[in-house]
Amino acid sequence: MVRTDDRDAAAPPPAGPPRRRRTQRVPVPLLLPAVAGLAFLVLPLAGLVIRAPWGALGQRLTEPGALTALRLSLQTASVATVVCLALGVPLAWLLARVEFPGRRVVRALVTVPLVLPPVVGGVALLLVFGRRGLIGAWLDTTFGITLPFTTVGVVVAEAFVAMPFLVIAVEGALRGADTRFEEAAATLGAGRWTTFTHVTLPLVAPGIAAGAVLCWARALGEFGATITFAGNYPGITQTMPLAVYQTMEGGDLSGAVVLSLILLTVSVTILAALRDKWITSG
Amino acid sequence: MGTRFVRTALAGLTAVALAGLVGCGGTDTGGRAGASGTGVTGTVTVFAAASLTESFTRLGKDFERAHPGATVRFNFAGSSALATQINQGAPADVFASASPATMKTVTDAGNGAGNPRTFVRNQLVIAVPKGNPKGVTGLSDLARPELKVAQCAPEVPCGAAAQKVLATAHASVTPVTLEQDVRAALSKVKLGEVDAALVYRTDAKAASADVDGVEFPESASAINDYPIIVLKSAPNSAGARAFAAAVLSEQGRSVLTAAGFQAP
Repeated sequence: MVRTDDRDAAAPPPAGPPRRRRTQRVPVPLLLPAVAGLAFLVLPLAGLVIRAPWGALGQRLTEPGALTALRLSLQTASVATVVCLALGVPLAWLLARVEFPGRRVVRALVTVPLVLPPVVGGVALLLVFGRRGLIGAWLDTTFGITLPFTTVGVVVAEAFVAMPFLVIAVEGALRGADTRFEEAAATLGAGRWTTFTHVTLPLVAPGIAAGAVLCWARALGEFGATITFAGNYPGITQTMPLAVYQTMEGGDLSGAVVLSLILLTVSVTILAALRDKWITSG
Repeated sequence: MGTRFVRTALAGLTAVALAGLVGCGGTDTGGRAGASGTGVTGTVTVFAAASLTESFTRLGKDFERAHPGATVRFNFAGSSALATQINQGAPADVFASASPATMKTVTDAGNGAGNPRTFVRNQLVIAVPKGNPKGVTGLSDLARPELKVAQCAPEVPCGAAAQKVLATAHASVTPVTLEQDVRAALSKVKLGEVDAALVYRTDAKAASADVDGVEFPESASAINDYPIIVLKSAPNSAGARAFAAAVLSEQGRSVLTAAGFQAP
């Protein structure tokens, strides 16, 4: 889990002894499973790298289909993250700062997309935003808008699946943040909105950034809800994960490996870069 | 009550362990020909094209009745995905594909035992929502701009057939989605998200409660042959041969033709 506790980062580093403790000898019963766990997570990724057709890599990278899917993936994941920020931060604030009946239920509901099989998410989205869906039917008859089979549909699917990551991270940051600053601002005459924008937001900025990065990465890897809700068409709804799946279905294993490698490289690069910058690592 | 629970749990565990053995490609203790009358016991694992779901499920039940002690386990998916799984070492006994081209990727990799045999043929129809609200009467209607059309991706057999049919008819259709197997394309029609989809006649028939199938003459240009083969590394080769024979038998054919397939 990402550390979002700001008091930790803001507090002066404890002097001497506690830091030393980390270099102590690790008991074997802990070390062995830890190494096995690491291998289990890293080996499949290594498999991708080992099996990659390095000779033909350059040619496959520049294939228009791969680049189109990558561009679409990056664009939709970024837009989905912006949507999640716009809706998720206020939602997190509500959950962290306002006492209201049923708050625990709402908090549980918010995390449901996190554990839901993405295909189920896609079906659920169809039932609401599909052409015969609760809202989708109205959108279709009134404005002639249908979300499935459009790039907007991809963003909707990605945002649905990725938003909980942002909300959880930001809510954690808000709960960890010191409310005395907000109280001080209020006593000095700042309105609630001013307090939120000038005190609360800067205070939890690292938590928001961490949540946004996770959210973006999840959106980039989204597959099930996208293919179920938005469909699969190159240039419009076919994101990288869908392109990987279709290439694999077509029996082109090495093509699928190349596409997977690209996606993996992009995600790892950005996660690593942003982690160092935004997330205090222990 | 208590002992029954324990017994059920033990039986379950044994089943899981056996499945694990088969899954690892190890020696299949349950799969060898036993002493029973028909000589076929154990689990027969059949990888079959998604379009065969209903008819093969039916054939599997008939097979289990005819061979007490044998269980048929199916993996239904797009033929190309199944071929990839087999070529990557999935422990299957029989492979039934929706196209010779997909079957060829398996035989070319040396994974077939003997030669594939064509057991049925299938033809494309246009699946439309029940009652055909958009009045689709033929292939040329699919080019109408207000119509949303789902097609199979060209990598899978139903997509290859669709492409061939459209090319023969000189029709240019811009689908809104390229689905990964024929069932996915069909479900988009069932959900009402698209107005039409090119699917096999048998799929439209299997879903006749929700969709109508519109026949079109150009479909004759892309008739799909369905080949079946016993796999070389079949964990249960006796069972595999028996199942393939059952599919090719007169009784098997009558089940398949009842589902809308044509005899080869």
